[in-house]
Amino acid sequence: MITLYHFLILGALVFSIGLYGALAKRSAVAVLMGVELMLNAVNINLLAFDRYLNPGSLSGNIFAIFVIVVAASEVAVGLALIINIYRDRLTTNVDEFDWLKW
Amino acid sequence: MTNPIIFWLITILVVGSALAVVLLRNIVHSALFLIVTFVGVSGLYILLQADFLAAVQLLVYAGAVAILIVFGVMLTVRGDIKNSNMFNSYKLSGGIVALVFFLIVERIILKTDWVLSTAAMPESTVGPIADSLLGNFVIPFEVAAVLLLVAMVGAILLARGEGKPQ
Repeated sequence: MITLYHFLILGALVFSIGLYGALAKRSAVAVLMGVELMLNAVNINLLAFDRYLNPGSLSGNIFAIFVIVVAASEVAVGLALIINIYRDRLTTNVDEFDWLKW
Repeated sequence: MTNPIIFWLITILVVGSALAVVLLRNIVHSALFLIVTFVGVSGLYILLQADFLAAVQLLVYAGAVAILIVFGVMLTVRGDIKNSNMFNSYKLSGGIVALVFFLIVERIILKTDWVLSTAAMPESTVGPIADSLLGNFVIPFEVAAVLLLVAMVGAILLARGEGKPQ
């Protein structure tokens, strides 16, 4: 018997894996991948709430659509920023993006 | 009702490939396993009876976002591709933060009394979603359209670079 708890714990697990990737990876593209994993985990949670708590309204589905829209534009802008910085610095390592430090 | 065997198979697929995304040392392999994760998550959506979102997940994530990330890898990574996805100096502390976060959230989920509903999902979710998007949620829907346009124009301007004729 699969219940809401299974889906929520799975979402929390995927979110934690994505958080680890976003915190501990050196490449900026890998950090973006971690953020994508976290957004997917949030969508799993939204749809699980929709299915088990309030199945008629479908508001979880609507919110998941907006999350997907924001994720798509975030990836496009993020990659454009990474490519722009790469052209300037010839690196995508986030620990070398340190020229705002003094 | 959800079939437990299918759920556990998809869970193993999703968690395993998500771990592969984070732990593999070759960033191209990470990007490919990211696509596997997205396809597995769309299987979860089918289990949750969100058929429209499963299709959107396949089209937008496994199709568009993953290809964008592969583009990002191909346009930037230099040097030894075998060691292109290394950890930075927060390998240990980041792991502790993620683990503590997971334990806290897991405790909260198990301690909460969810008010479950026994009502059935609609037979097809496409029609009701369309009614909501063009009814109650029409303002966020239009704002999302503007956001996509602005993000697209901004991404083109940023990636083109200033002052350099194409």
